[in-house]
Amino acid sequence: MRARAVWCSRTGGCMSSNDAKSPPGLRRPSQPSGQGPRDAALEETLGRETPLVPTSSIAGRSLVIVIAIMTFLAALSAGAALMVADASVDWRREMAREASVQIRPLPGRDIEADVSRATAVLVAADGVRDVRVYTKAESEALLAPWLGQGLDFAELPAPRMIVVKLDEGRRADLDALRRELAQAIPSAALDDHRLWVERLGQMARTVVAIAALVFILIVIAMGLAVAFATRAAMVGNREIIEVLHLVGAADKYIAQQFQRRFLVLGLRGGFIGGVSAMAFFLFAGYLANRWTATPDGDQLEAMFGSFSLGPLGFTVVGCISAAAGLLTGFMSQEIVFRQLRRLDGAE
Amino acid sequence: MLTFENVGLRYGNGSEILSDLAFSITPRSFQFLTGPSGSGKTTLLKLVLMSLKPTRGRITLFGKDAETLDKDAVTEIRRRIGVVFQDFRLLDHLTLYENVALPLRVIGRDETSYRAEVLELLRWVGLDERIASRPSVLSGGEKQRAAIARALIVRPELLLADEPTGNLDPTLARRLLRLFVELHKSGTSVVIATHDLALMDQYESARRLVLADGRLHVFE
Repeated sequence: MRARAVWCSRTGGCMSSNDAKSPPGLRRPSQPSGQGPRDAALEETLGRETPLVPTSSIAGRSLVIVIAIMTFLAALSAGAALMVADASVDWRREMAREASVQIRPLPGRDIEADVSRATAVLVAADGVRDVRVYTKAESEALLAPWLGQGLDFAELPAPRMIVVKLDEGRRADLDALRRELAQAIPSAALDDHRLWVERLGQMARTVVAIAALVFILIVIAMGLAVAFATRAAMVGNREIIEVLHLVGAADKYIAQQFQRRFLVLGLRGGFIGGVSAMAFFLFAGYLANRWTATPDGDQLEAMFGSFSLGPLGFTVVGCISAAAGLLTGFMSQEIVFRQLRRLDGAE
Repeated sequence: MLTFENVGLRYGNGSEILSDLAFSITPRSFQFLTGPSGSGKTTLLKLVLMSLKPTRGRITLFGKDAETLDKDAVTEIRRRIGVVFQDFRLLDHLTLYENVALPLRVIGRDETSYRAEVLELLRWVGLDERIASRPSVLSGGEKQRAAIARALIVRPELLLADEPTGNLDPTLARRLLRLFVELHKSGTSVVIATHDLALMDQYESARRLVLADGRLHVFE
């Protein structure tokens, strides 16, 4: 028995593949419908939707590598900015909690008595939590890095240092305290570290601004790389786009086909770059911890705090990774739309 | 269904390659579009498909002025037209099944919803044994039938075929012509662009639209 294939037009007429009128060359061989050796191939091919933009037509691997590198650099700049910003907050907070009083030796004055008098003034002041007087030996030790070890300070007019811990809850009136100290001890100078705080704040803002600029440049570069790749893919697939148009595909549908491909590539590149950046920060934090006791480690810690990114930093890096993928998808869709409009104009 | 009124087309500042085209395609009609090679048959089909815009005149498709249509409306109209390209234009990276199903896929239909239709049509054109094959391994005749199946899957009201027998031997060409005639009888308007006089002689009752020197002459 021969299978009977029937095809009906929209206007209502129907044709059968084994009607007497049907083209004999187009009748199918005698084989029951849905059975036979084609079943395996049938099952294999049905239900599968091959991407309409061929995978091989996009320089996928290169694009993934470019996006991974860009994401890594963007995450590095963002992470560095975050660490400097955090460290800056720590510096300023630390300095706002502390002031120092320097008592210079003056001829005819007993410096020990001046130190005791200054300590009494400081202890009595409102908003002062703790006063620590550096001993003569400790004060001289502070000068050692500049003047060298083993120097006899007896002949030198080395100043004495008093460190004042301020109460965070009750703000001390440092101007009034400065005046009171000056009246009691002419050689006393109160330093509230304001100049340092301002300079450090300015430096931190500059570093963050530079990091933000680098971040923006990296994002622009990544966008351009995606744009070039999308345009190249569209040129390579121009015939497919034309066929899709002529069989009734809307621009939006065509753009989605490209967007899907690029979104996958972008997410893959973003993931690789993000994970690499996280690994970098973890490793750098580990090394910084190991160097903590060394001068280099101390400098790093002064600059970047603990040199660890923290949960917020890792969240930001994760967001940058995801954003890289989404940016890639969005950019490719927009460029495809724009190119399709241009193609329409050319047609 | 389709009306051309004094349509002209020129590229850039050159002279008109098509001038004063005036004709209509009525529902359930069958016509050959003929003329020597390079006379503009494919160009005229592109005007119908709105791949090209005329430099003058008016084209009306399914009652709508083509000039006033936005992109969505153009897409909607293209979905009512089936096209068989001279060079088939099958997508090499898709299987035969996926190629034929393409017009349904692009309108967002789920694969399971059109599976039976596509298989039935493939059976009807005698390609049900080749559904998993890629176009690159198909013969010219098989590609031609696949292209026809892709054009028919949306049940078009108008079928445009550009030199559909150009790559085929006379026997297969005759068979394909019979297929188009059957389509016409089932209610589809058919326009076959060809310069094969022998093919046209096999269906003498069809209208002939003859392009020569950029002008169209209609022989009822």
